[in-house]
Amino acid sequence: MNNTPSSNTAAAAPAPAGRALATPRQLTLACVAALALAWGFLPEFTVSVLSNIGLYALVAAGLVMLTGVGGMTSFGQAAFVGMGAYATAWICTSPAAAAWMGGAVSPALLPWAGLLLGLAFTFALAWALGAVTLKLQGHYLPLCTIAWGLSLYYLLGNMDFLGGQTGITGVPPLVIAGYSLATPRALGVVIWAVLLLALWAMHNLLDSREGRAIRALKGGRLMAESMGVDTARHRVKLFVLAALLAAVSGWLYAHLQRFVNPTPFNLNIGIELLFMAVVGGAGHLWGAVLGAALITLLKEKLQDVLPALLGSSGNFEVIVFGLLMLFVLQRFADGLWPTLARLAGRWVRPHAAARMQPAAPAVQLAQRKLPARGEVLLQATNVSKRFGGLVANNDISMTLKAGEIHALIGPNGAGKSTFFNMVSGVDDPSSGEVRLAGQPMTAKPSRVFAALGLGRTFQHVRLLGARSVVENVALGAHLRARRGWIAAMLRLDRAEEAALMAEARRQIERCGLGAHADTPAASLSLGQQRVVEIARALAGQPSVLLLDEPAAGLRHLEKRALSVLLSQLRAEGLGILVVEHDMEFVMNLADRITVLEFGTVIATGTPAEVQANPRVLEAYLGGADDELLGDAR
Amino acid sequence: MDLQIALLLGQDGIVNGAVYGLMALALVLVFSVTRVIFIPQGEFVAFGALSMAVLQAGRVPATLWLLLALAAMVLVVEFWRWKRGVVVDWASALAWCVVLPLAAAALVLLLKPTSMAGQTLATLLLIMPLGPLLYRLAYRPLASANVLMLLIVSVALHGVLVGLGLLFFGAEGYRTTAFSEERFDIGGIPVSGQSLVVVGVTLLLVLAMFLFFGRSMIGKALRATAINRVGARLSGIPTELSGDLSFALAALIGAVSGLLIAPLTTVYYDTGFLIGLKGFVAAIVGGLASYPLALAGALLVGQLEAFASFWASPFKEVLVFTLIIPVLWWRSLHSHHVEDEE
Repeated sequence: MNNTPSSNTAAAAPAPAGRALATPRQLTLACVAALALAWGFLPEFTVSVLSNIGLYALVAAGLVMLTGVGGMTSFGQAAFVGMGAYATAWICTSPAAAAWMGGAVSPALLPWAGLLLGLAFTFALAWALGAVTLKLQGHYLPLCTIAWGLSLYYLLGNMDFLGGQTGITGVPPLVIAGYSLATPRALGVVIWAVLLLALWAMHNLLDSREGRAIRALKGGRLMAESMGVDTARHRVKLFVLAALLAAVSGWLYAHLQRFVNPTPFNLNIGIELLFMAVVGGAGHLWGAVLGAALITLLKEKLQDVLPALLGSSGNFEVIVFGLLMLFVLQRFADGLWPTLARLAGRWVRPHAAARMQPAAPAVQLAQRKLPARGEVLLQATNVSKRFGGLVANNDISMTLKAGEIHALIGPNGAGKSTFFNMVSGVDDPSSGEVRLAGQPMTAKPSRVFAALGLGRTFQHVRLLGARSVVENVALGAHLRARRGWIAAMLRLDRAEEAALMAEARRQIERCGLGAHADTPAASLSLGQQRVVEIARALAGQPSVLLLDEPAAGLRHLEKRALSVLLSQLRAEGLGILVVEHDMEFVMNLADRITVLEFGTVIATGTPAEVQANPRVLEAYLGGADDELLGDAR
Repeated sequence: MDLQIALLLGQDGIVNGAVYGLMALALVLVFSVTRVIFIPQGEFVAFGALSMAVLQAGRVPATLWLLLALAAMVLVVEFWRWKRGVVVDWASALAWCVVLPLAAAALVLLLKPTSMAGQTLATLLLIMPLGPLLYRLAYRPLASANVLMLLIVSVALHGVLVGLGLLFFGAEGYRTTAFSEERFDIGGIPVSGQSLVVVGVTLLLVLAMFLFFGRSMIGKALRATAINRVGARLSGIPTELSGDLSFALAALIGAVSGLLIAPLTTVYYDTGFLIGLKGFVAAIVGGLASYPLALAGALLVGQLEAFASFWASPFKEVLVFTLIIPVLWWRSLHSHHVEDEE
């Protein structure tokens, strides 16, 4: 895998233009400072619009995480906003609530009790909704949120203790340190502070170990599970996070408006919130702010213009929003933010910060004790797999020992990939048993295989194409680090993150792709992408390595480098199971070979034994013609 | 509650369930063939019912102008595609964009039908082509997008159509003349002729769909597309045909449902959405894939709604929609391995 320097040009970032003024971070800070300075002088109306934009952007940011990053979505966020709003409104005004708390909470603290109650309810509900749908395909969660969004609206409108359709009035203002935040100008500061903090926390989260796992939820779940990520759990957590952001927005809303009724929490608003995220740019946190600003201002305008234009009043802006949404989805699938960022690109310098290259990371990643040579690592006993009437694998038994390379070969359709899926937890055998490190693995998900030291690559490369090579490889080391979501949001994970990145770079260097570490994975050739998958598997420090056609698409020299690497790994004591079609590669490398045909093992042995086996020759060359056999020998 | 009331509620449930069943069939059809979760299905119901009401009042329904506008837009799009070198199937394009809309316009504007049958035909002609036209405008450019994107498109389209419904028909509701004014007395339970019409037409449609998918070549092609989209395309079944046909059937089913319920309940511009969603709850019982399970789910939803409206009337919508949660939980018991989304 010797890389010529010329193949590296794809890595070069677009040359910064001479007019570049600032880095994105400086620009962001400047905008925030400008907003803060201007805040005291803006007209009342502008302040109130900006406060609303802040409230919407907080919810939309959660939807960005959910939709653009995590590949899920929700139409029911307005209902979570409602939950946050009603919780505080009820606690602050209801005599029943006061009696229930028995005066233990002073009036100034009531809104905070409301915040806690709203968050607790939202947490429980979002967790339940997520948990019910997490095992199902991705479209069930959004359908569930439609039902939930409608249900909450009807519930709020019909519950007498929440004021029915009239709602709850007389919600007190927030009081922080004796200072009343009764005006939009005062509370708006809190709203924007909360929004910016939330954006900062989510930006940090995405730039972490857990963030890489979250990004894999969109289109890479099978791969992420094989790296040890519990994707179902991450999905639920992400859904809960988005719901909690909505609830905080609702809490602020209730103390801004000082009354609540069911209308602003209807499904229509939930849909509008999603529009904000998608129009702004569902994959970008700032897209949420852009989308919230655009839709809020547009709505303001349309509510003036449309009734006059159409001659009657009603909720007509939804027509325009819907058409706008269709247009954006068809023409700017990633929303407007990426387009805006590209246009502004000439004035913005890319991040100047050099890539960190710590000499010795302060934190050690978890290390696995490698098994003794010759120990049986992976054992398949009488494994069969039937798809309806088709027998894909028939009674296959084989073992993989530490310190050997075992090749699985066979013509197309012999059942190699099916077998691979069975010994890596992607699928369950119809009968028979797979043991990994001595443990029975029946019905275990592939992340348990990963935890027991199995690393794998995929026949059809599964990388997050838009992310850099080093990020992809770092995902392989997911299980070797521990820091969770909250640590990542608060940047408490930096030492561990540095260790992860150092390990990822080490494996990339080792596989000969050092020059490409910071390029998007999709820009590499297919052969190189296969090598990235090997580096990713190695980052998990596996004792068992499953390689699915690793040499496909590699050039001659690259194949030789791969051979050398695999020999090294064998010498270190790894057990390597490899499916490969390149016979020269296999015969020179493997210690043992198992040959499959029509789902059945037809031969096992050393390369020399297998090459001499007449059944193998028949399978590969067709009829066992004597003359042909002679030639082959 | 005595037996009499229970039987009455049960009858209500069956009639409602029949309509939800039709919705569910259309939703399963569209989803399995095109991967589109068709939230605007209910809007066809409202458009159908309200167009019929406007026709019965002797006026021209605005859905005609919508149809003509959409047809013109699709023609422009097809022409533009043809200019750019895309192979356009002009026969189907002309059928959906010219022949059917013109037939609808001629019927509504020139013949001005006064008979029930004529008005029914006019309504069906007005609504059915909307399906393929909307498919070509909204979904076809995104044919390669994932299910989630298509779902978001559906919700956007739903917003547009509901807004247009309000613009076309106003905020007040309508009821249409019943197809049958008969009243029967079956075992002491009064049964309206219209209820029998609803159940009968539903059964007829189910039977017709069964025959269409089981016997006809086109129906089999649609089934093939549902099972394996790429394989079907490779065997020469055009993606467009399956998209057009499934959306046309969905629109037709929607319009028929609208005609069936409009004499029984007052239909507003946004009534369709709730009906469509209840169809969804039913379709989800069948995993958006099984027609018989979806029908069973529809009966369940209908009964639940009928009895909920007796026991806890203000909460009947909540009860119907929260049914989705145990249903999803039950379905999730059957799946355990992670798969990547399409």
